[in-house]
Amino acid sequence: MLDQSYYQKVDEIIACYGRKSSSLIPIMQDIQEAYRYLPGELLTYVAEQIGITEAKAYSVATFYENFSFEAKGKYVIKVCDGTACHVRKSMPVLEALYKKLGLSKKKRTTDDMMFTVETVSCLGACGLAPTMMVNEEVHPRMTPEKAEELIDILRGGGTV
Amino acid sequence: MIQNREELLQVRETAGKALDSYDCRILVCSGTGCIATGSEKIYEKFLEICKDAPGVVLEFAPHDKDAHVGIKKTGCQGICELGPLVRIQKGDEVIQYTKVQVSDCEEIFERSVKDNEVLEHLLYKQKGVSYKKPEEIPFIAKQTRLVLENCGKVDAESLDEYIACGGFKALEKAIFDMTEDQIIDEVDRSGLRGRGGGGFPAGKKWKQVARQKEKTRYVVCNGDEGDPGAFMDGSVMEGDPYRLIEGMMIAAYAVKAADGYIYVRAEYPMSVKRLRHAIAELESRGLLGDNILGTDFCFHMHINRGAGAFVCGEGSALTASIEGNRGMPRVKPPRTVEKGLWERPTVLNNVETFANVPKIVLNGADWYRSIGTEGSPGTKTFSLTGAIENTGLIEVPMGTTLREIIFDIGGGLKGGGNFKAVQIGGPSGGCLTEEHLDVPLDFDSVKKFGAIVGSGGLVVMDEHTCMVEVARFFMSFTQRESCGKCVPCREGTKRMLEILEKIVAGKGELEDLDRLQELAQMVKSMALCGLGKSAPLPVLSTLRLFRDEYVEHIVDHKCRAKVCEAMKRYVINPEFCKGCSKCAKNCPVGAITGQIKKCYHIDPNICIHCGACKENCAFDAIYVED
Repeated sequence: MLDQSYYQKVDEIIACYGRKSSSLIPIMQDIQEAYRYLPGELLTYVAEQIGITEAKAYSVATFYENFSFEAKGKYVIKVCDGTACHVRKSMPVLEALYKKLGLSKKKRTTDDMMFTVETVSCLGACGLAPTMMVNEEVHPRMTPEKAEELIDILRGGGTV
Repeated sequence: MIQNREELLQVRETAGKALDSYDCRILVCSGTGCIATGSEKIYEKFLEICKDAPGVVLEFAPHDKDAHVGIKKTGCQGICELGPLVRIQKGDEVIQYTKVQVSDCEEIFERSVKDNEVLEHLLYKQKGVSYKKPEEIPFIAKQTRLVLENCGKVDAESLDEYIACGGFKALEKAIFDMTEDQIIDEVDRSGLRGRGGGGFPAGKKWKQVARQKEKTRYVVCNGDEGDPGAFMDGSVMEGDPYRLIEGMMIAAYAVKAADGYIYVRAEYPMSVKRLRHAIAELESRGLLGDNILGTDFCFHMHINRGAGAFVCGEGSALTASIEGNRGMPRVKPPRTVEKGLWERPTVLNNVETFANVPKIVLNGADWYRSIGTEGSPGTKTFSLTGAIENTGLIEVPMGTTLREIIFDIGGGLKGGGNFKAVQIGGPSGGCLTEEHLDVPLDFDSVKKFGAIVGSGGLVVMDEHTCMVEVARFFMSFTQRESCGKCVPCREGTKRMLEILEKIVAGKGELEDLDRLQELAQMVKSMALCGLGKSAPLPVLSTLRLFRDEYVEHIVDHKCRAKVCEAMKRYVINPEFCKGCSKCAKNCPVGAITGQIKKCYHIDPNICIHCGACKENCAFDAIYVED
């Protein structure tokens, strides 16, 4: 069971967008922003509140790549694998992160809930390829070495 | 509040005077690229320096101090590769600085802001020549900036600056001096074609919407720029948000729509932020909302953020997503102009298309037609990336050749490499090669060669790019993004991807090429929406232009670009090998054999190319043979 505070937060978010079916996506986005994932209980609650079926809410939530039913790490690292980054060797950066953190395509979040590593199809900073994004911050011209260093800094509680 | 035409004119005059009153403006590039290289810290550093400097005022207002300095966050200044970019503007004199560090700010302020010196070491340099003015830099000099006119010159967040630079003149003209039909006619005669990819005439769309019986209409802007390797629309949204909104307002006025939506992709937080700010600003000043400029024109704007689905760039999927549904395309007709958002007539254009509208209304269709080619008037923005010397955002007249773009503007291949191909139009496009270098680029010419202008991503490739791998890369993208509604796309892209993966892994057969061709044709002709119909284009294009590379992968097990892992052969150099046996112990599959103190050998038939041997060799005796 989720704490009551979660439902209060969701009520606030729903109030922002209004109780209508077209508010579903922005509401889910805000919930995910607040908790770094979309708790299933809350989705059920939202569906009931805005007057759509639970099935509909799940069908939408699972369609879009950005929604996650699993909790993500404190740092969500998105390695860009857009065309520009791909031709400027973004895959070795991803491999280095996987290796360093013991993650893979299947296991995306570290057990200590510190890091989640994903790929993204373009961050729009192609001029500085290869890039990656840590939470909302874009890091330019990555190399496997720079990526590993960054993990050490973040682990040490440093900011980048 | 700006409640009527006179008040708008007044604001323009006051804002113009305030803009002229600056002795110096420090223009810090705040595009996504430069922010990534640290331009926000530079902006803050300049604020800090100027705040305490005696005799300096920062406010956008009349003053009695000695020097009026403005520190502004501008849109993309273009040369993303050399960021953070800073311009120092005094009247018409502008200096472009590149790769500015926080430690340079003090010196810039002392010598270039307070004094009139130029800091040589921060200038743009090419082939031994330094360039001071941005417009002299070859990368910028050869461009024609209409849509990006304000980017790099104007504070992206300030409504007053936008108005001072002629903003909302077009809206004013449209509302007070033109009828709805005249506006639509002007846009139609200008020949403006949709910049999102298809190139459908915008004026025709508007006409069709205006003709509908249903009176509730919508204007929707497609800012879901999902093509990997494209960032033009993002740059317009974050660099000149008011221009986009003005374009949408003119469209709304012309087709009598009361609500507008901008659908921005999730990966562009900066665009969302700037657009939100712009809308709030316009609402508070009365330029958005009810009875705009004292007329009965009412228009409200909304922002929808994408949630990570490429297919939402397709019109009917995009409107479905705004409605709160799964973003899946539907069968057409009815077209969006008849039944779009909430089944109502909808003008749906992309960011760049709307951003072109104010200029067309202001300067007229004939002026617009004087730029570009007969069939594709105007300019086009491209994001120039990949193996090229100058990467960045460019805008050129339609009909510019690839040679001009890549060699004159882009400065040629990175590190003097050899040009192999340029991929245009992202996962929906194709490749152009050496033989197409001198073809004037426009919607129709590019289509003839089996590619599309698309939204305008140009990724330059040299001999280190494997074309088979590129085809696999795009197919894995479209396959992943296929929404799954129609069978040709859902199954077809999956099967094509499997074949491509097989070839890249060195297990391909020659018959696979025929299968690939057949599948690609099938998906192209039978898929439901634009995503599916264009998904096979990268495959068809590379198959046609680089068939020998496919054959090489299959028959000779060779990747000439040295990219495909499976084609690599790990070899031990007998000159360096000491016969320590470490590699054999580390090999997970037992592919390495030999005798102690004699050179070891790797059996290529067993080797899985993991690289463990090479990594662990103390004598650097193991290398990769291509």
